[in-house]
Amino acid sequence: MAEQQGEIRFLTPPTVEVKQKKYCRFKKNGIKYIDYKDPEFLKKFLNEQGKILPRRITGTSLKFQRKLSVAIKRARHLALLPYVTDLLK
Amino acid sequence: MLNNYEAVFIMTPVLSEQQTKETVDKMKSVLTDGGAEIVHEENWGLKKLAYPVQHKNTGYYYLLQFKADPALILKFEVAMKRDEKVLRWLTVSLDKHALEYAERRIAKRNGQQAAAQEAAAEPAQETAVETVENKED
Repeated sequence: MAEQQGEIRFLTPPTVEVKQKKYCRFKKNGIKYIDYKDPEFLKKFLNEQGKILPRRITGTSLKFQRKLSVAIKRARHLALLPYVTDLLK
Repeated sequence: MLNNYEAVFIMTPVLSEQQTKETVDKMKSVLTDGGAEIVHEENWGLKKLAYPVQHKNTGYYYLLQFKADPALILKFEVAMKRDEKVLRWLTVSLDKHALEYAERRIAKRNGQQAAAQEAAAEPAQETAVETVENKED
């Protein structure tokens, strides 16, 4: 009994959030050039309205976010990706 | 000094196969007459556009990769602009990473074509497979 009093006891164990560290997938996979001709790949970085997702969500490094945005804009110009839409994907 | 460039253009879907070929040949002749060297070309065929362009929902895509003098690009763009059959075009210069990627892409495509040719035993079948592939692209 004496041992148990020293500890705080919970009815349900508290959930400790383990945050997974975001990483830049271009750096990790050694991708140096982002192709504008591959809309399926670029769709991973768009939300459902076809907007470019921010870095804080995807974890992309600044260098590649810049290249990514250029590639997406090129793809939009060539009608490979829409400028505005609903329910992309 | 020759730089590496890549151009993608979209032609109207109302053209016949013969007419698209003529348009592509015309664009290529603009480049070759100006002293450019065409490295690679790809026919993506009829594709659906992500949004309507000039009230059209589909278009023939064509890709050209070439080495050219920077002064020629202006001429090439003017030729594109003057041609009513071309809906959209995009010319980009390729840096070293892009060039490396393009080379890998070409190698992969050639590999796929070779595999497709090997798969088709008879030459008659071979051509049939190829045309089907082009349409699917």
